[in-house]
Amino acid sequence: MSINVYEKRYLITVSVLVGLMLTLIVGSFVLLNIYPPSNSGETIDSTRLHLSEEFAESNLGARTNPDGTVTVRLVMAKYLVHPQEFTIPADVQVTFRIATPDVVHGLNVPGTNINTMVVPGYVSQVRTQVVFPEVAKHGIRNPDGSVTVPLFCNEYCGYGHQSMWARVTVKPIR
Amino acid sequence: MTTNIAPAPSGRLVLAHVWVAFLLFGVALLLGVYQVLARDGVLGSHAASYYASTTLHGVVMGYALTIFFITGIGYAISERALGTRVWAPGLAWLCFWVMLAGTVLAALSILAGKASVLYTFYPPQMAHWSFYVGAALLVAGSIGWIVITLVMSAQWKGAHRGQNLPLAQFGMSICALVWAWTMVGVVLEVLLQLIPLAFGLTQSIDVNLARALFAWTLHPIVYFWLIPTYVFLYTIVPEEAGGYLFSDEMARVAFVMLLIFGLPIGMHHLYMDPPHSAGFKLLQGIGTFLVVIPTMLTGFTVWASLEISGRLRGGTGLFGWMRRLKWDDPVVLAGVMALFMLILGGFGGLVNAAYAQNAMVHNTQWVTAHFHYIFGGVAVTGYFGLAYYFWPRLTGRALWAPKLALAQIWLWIIGMNILSLPWHYVGLLGMPRRIAYYAYAPEIAAQWLPWTGIMIIGGVLLCLSGWLLLLILFLSGRTLPASSATMAGGFARPYEATAVLPRSLNGFALWNWLLLALMAMAWGYPIVQFFLVKQYPALPWGFS
Repeated sequence: MSINVYEKRYLITVSVLVGLMLTLIVGSFVLLNIYPPSNSGETIDSTRLHLSEEFAESNLGARTNPDGTVTVRLVMAKYLVHPQEFTIPADVQVTFRIATPDVVHGLNVPGTNINTMVVPGYVSQVRTQVVFPEVAKHGIRNPDGSVTVPLFCNEYCGYGHQSMWARVTVKPIR
Repeated sequence: MTTNIAPAPSGRLVLAHVWVAFLLFGVALLLGVYQVLARDGVLGSHAASYYASTTLHGVVMGYALTIFFITGIGYAISERALGTRVWAPGLAWLCFWVMLAGTVLAALSILAGKASVLYTFYPPQMAHWSFYVGAALLVAGSIGWIVITLVMSAQWKGAHRGQNLPLAQFGMSICALVWAWTMVGVVLEVLLQLIPLAFGLTQSIDVNLARALFAWTLHPIVYFWLIPTYVFLYTIVPEEAGGYLFSDEMARVAFVMLLIFGLPIGMHHLYMDPPHSAGFKLLQGIGTFLVVIPTMLTGFTVWASLEISGRLRGGTGLFGWMRRLKWDDPVVLAGVMALFMLILGGFGGLVNAAYAQNAMVHNTQWVTAHFHYIFGGVAVTGYFGLAYYFWPRLTGRALWAPKLALAQIWLWIIGMNILSLPWHYVGLLGMPRRIAYYAYAPEIAAQWLPWTGIMIIGGVLLCLSGWLLLLILFLSGRTLPASSATMAGGFARPYEATAVLPRSLNGFALWNWLLLALMAMAWGYPIVQFFLVKQYPALPWGFS
């Protein structure tokens, strides 16, 4: 079997390019800790979600932890995001913890990498920081300088899917 | 000179498949026009009709058009490549009717509004049982084609010891193997999880197991759709363009790589799913990038083959040969355009596959735009080329109005770009996919509306193009007999004589074993984990 000399050079070029892209991906995973939201150990009984302490209604929304980081707990259920509005700071570590009592939903905030599937049986978790200028491009500016962006359900969950969204207000750090 | 020449032996069998494929395609295009109009708000807000329409559009395009077209044209390619009749034509006809019955059953269930679960049918959102049974029959029928294709390869090799299996048949055998491996995931999901639940035999379902099984299928199915187009690009376009195939061996290498790298990578559809660890996602993400190599290799070989034809026809200069390509031949035009769309679609695919970067586009309109490029732009454009190539050879009649066929292809490519470029852009703006209309803050939706408005033009052009195809093919049955030259043309010959291939590149056994090992590595634990750790099943939600 013989390979034409141009084809050989081309194949080497393609392989180097693929190698470079993979180096960037693996490098940002290993060195910068950037990876898709995985939470493989944490199962939850979605049919009894209302009886769990963490996802009881009074415990939902954004909470500031003693170390200054923020945890947001949400329940996504046909066809509402609970709670409907909450506020988070920019440039601070925010952890989203989300569960559903019914079907598969998704959650996405434009201008951020907050994006995860929300599946029955598991708690979804996203840990990230919101970059204010990026989120400001997609939101509505408020008089106090904060920005309100929509949070969409981004997986089809039934006839009311298009109505399933919430508002996130992001406060810049001064 | 026109003489009456007998059409291909299994012409009726092939034509029946392709007509069903393209008639369903015509219906799905009309639904597509409805969907771009509805999403832009022109038709008001009717969520139930929108989701039923999207389900039918997706199921027809992704499953029915592809399975009917690929099995049908697959028979034609095998017969022509091997010079024998289709093995067991009775089985082929039986499978055709099973597929048709399944398609009708599933379509009725969707039209009745009982199956608006979209073509991904993620449980615990449940459709009526007839939807799953219909889908299962459609897939079951296609198994006949897999068997027939592989038996024809084996019989030919038995009768031609020491010779290379013709490249077109090698490619279609890879296509059959890809489909056999691909369907395992969704078949297990439908038979073991969805049908028992739909009939009430079980009361709950492990949603995450179902999602993993579906993702097994969801990526490689794209190579099932694409490989017939690649076979077209490698074996038909170079000959029709008046040139040679640049390299027969590298074409086989590319097909084999598509089989073994294309299968164990479906988890990139689950990058954003909590149950799977970041490590397995990375593993299958790396695999996804390896598919870039056979795809780029295909680009090189086909482009080099086109260059040979351009230069043989008197073209000179670094790019000057492109002007000498047979731009007035619909088969060549379809080939060039499919390749062009592969560049655009492939770029978007790299973005989707890029692991953590996927969070910026996952489940936005970017994704739907991307797969419309790959599916509609590359695969279906190749199907047009295949249809125009085979029609005279199947019917014995010349193509009606070849100039109109050129217009049909241009209209398709222009329409696809007008549809999909703004579609990518609204995706980057954050617009979620699969929404009937925008109930969101008006300031946010206002950013999207100008772009979704442009998409309507693209949708209409695509629909016109598709119906023009139907018209051309319909009237081609009524034109003059095809010339003997048209009937005779064979598959492309390689530029340099192909040596006798190593056994590994003339058969499939080694690759199947390798693939089994890769699949066990990629999917073994991610699937078994649902049986090792206690899972909480979900309750079904139906449409009634």
